[in-house]
Amino acid sequence: MQQKIISRAFVLGDNIDTDQIIPAEYLVFSLTKKEEARLYGKYALTGIPVQESGLPKGNIPFIEEDKYVTLFDIVVAGKNFGCGSSREHAPFALKMAGVQAIVAESYARIFYRNSIDGGFIIPIESKIKLNDKIETGDLIEIDLVNMRINNICKTTNYGLKDLGVVKPIIEAGGIFNYAKKNKMI
Amino acid sequence: MGYTITEKILAKASGKKEISSGDNIWLNVDVLLTHDVCGPPTIEIWKKEFGESAKIWDINKVVIIPDHYIYTKNVQAKRNLELLNKFANEYNLTNFYPPFTEKYKGVCHITLAEEGLNIPGKVLFGTDSHTCTSGAFGMFSTGVGNTDAAFIMGTGKIWERVPESIKFIFENVLPEYLTAKDLILQVLNDITTDGATYKAMEFCGDTISVMNMEERMTLTNMAIEAGAINGIIEADEITLQYLKGKTNKNFEIFKSDSDAKYLKEYKYNSQIIEPRVAKPHSPDNGDTARNLTNQKITKSYIGSCTGGKITDFINAAKILIGKKVCVDTFIIPATKQVENGLQEKRIGGKTLKEIFIESGCFLAPPSCAACLGGPEDTTGRSIDGDIVISTTNRNFPGRMGSKKAEVYLASPLTVAASAINGRITDPRDFL
Ligand code: SF4
Repeated sequence: MQQKIISRAFVLGDNIDTDQIIPAEYLVFSLTKKEEARLYGKYALTGIPVQESGLPKGNIPFIEEDKYVTLFDIVVAGKNFGCGSSREHAPFALKMAGVQAIVAESYARIFYRNSIDGGFIIPIESKIKLNDKIETGDLIEIDLVNMRINNICKTTNYGLKDLGVVKPIIEAGGIFNYAKKNKMI
Repeated sequence: MGYTITEKILAKASGKKEISSGDNIWLNVDVLLTHDVCGPPTIEIWKKEFGESAKIWDINKVVIIPDHYIYTKNVQAKRNLELLNKFANEYNLTNFYPPFTEKYKGVCHITLAEEGLNIPGKVLFGTDSHTCTSGAFGMFSTGVGNTDAAFIMGTGKIWERVPESIKFIFENVLPEYLTAKDLILQVLNDITTDGATYKAMEFCGDTISVMNMEERMTLTNMAIEAGAINGIIEADEITLQYLKGKTNKNFEIFKSDSDAKYLKEYKYNSQIIEPRVAKPHSPDNGDTARNLTNQKITKSYIGSCTGGKITDFINAAKILIGKKVCVDTFIIPATKQVENGLQEKRIGGKTLKEIFIESGCFLAPPSCAACLGGPEDTTGRSIDGDIVISTTNRNFPGRMGSKKAEVYLASPLTVAASAINGRITDPRDFL
């Protein structure tokens, strides 16, 4: 696991459900066939109503038209991120789009597990609400050693919650690697 | 110190004598469920991780129920169905219910119940968030993603965090204008969509003890809408009656101890709850049907694992009998068995099917259909700025198709009453 992630932030509201992360109509695409899999990146976060896409201003596309990868590798959101369906396509789509980590106040359980067990992205919980303190486009540094988030643009920084019991699975890069490492399979 | 029903089941499945909430434990899984959307990627991950000679841990414990994208011309959706056919043949899976054959059933969560695969005290994991529905049978059931499912498929094991439980007690007999859907919408209104995140929701009280299994499933089905890991109801005489002739498996019925610890308790008097509606775009955006009487609608939808069971259609038919709908109204039975029931159950001498056809509804074959939008050619899918009233469980933006559409969630009684008036209507106006 890397120690630091630096990128521009893409900021979202509360209750971002899996239909907003990847609308159901795209779930038919293969996750392994390269040409189809990259479409998940292209359509990531396209279910977000435009006025809420990239807060506080809104109307900011997560991915530019004709692109498959985003300029924003860090997503900052409010509470209950990833609620809704069990689709692993959701963290997969974010990964395909180039997202490395999410910082949210809280997560829905299945999305949280999927992100970790599939080794897609690191779901980090913030100690306080941050989606009203960080703006879309701000340059952000996540320090995974000291569990801090630094807003380089605004020179502010905030504490993040410890990764807790799932840390070994994140470090191993997913549940299969974890199980192999521990000779469970 | 006593234990809750959820803690007892998890303790048994982990082989531990004592567990406490917050513990991460490894469980032995009794049933793994998957469907056409998540089955193929699960199989791919399983093959990749366990190698070409991968073995399923127990072929009798893997259940594949295609239901999401069935009646569509979409090429990729068809490919998913073919992949599952091939896989099921290759491994001789008995619990496989392929579309366009005699064995096809329909929506997975209701099929599990009908096929006797929901068994008290057991542990069920499924690649669908509404796997929590099966908790109505006093079992631990919850949704996971493809990677976790692939792990279970190879090992029969998975980790889980032991949840704290929240207790919801409903007292008194439910009036005829209310259904389980109204109760759960009331709960969601009160605790919000993350009010039970990573918690178990336990439903009890004398309202529940006389409820049939279908209504109980409506309650546990929407536990995920509050973020819960599982919803659960103690198995009782009604559960045993339902299971009769459906299973010959041995099982143990767990009950919560009187001194079990709950994070919180909510008590409701079922007699004073009003017919409820969840407004766009969240199941917790609650209001009463009465307060929304002026809200026009353009479409109504009765179907899904939440609102497409025979009890739901009996409720809808009670309102629709002898009346005409004035907006497009879709009747989508959850399963074949429910579809057959539409031709068997009668109200006032007429079958439910006759009642629906005479009132001007569209009937479609069983599947998830427009509950989750689906490909463009899906029956009942919302278009443009449709304003839909639906018996389904979710109304996030775009859930039923169009991103511009608005979806109101309600009971089958309220949906049927609203279809007649073309605006949201309290079912008491027709009862
Ligand atoms: S009916 Fe709707 S909620 Fe139920 S399993 Fe199908 S898509 Fe999911």
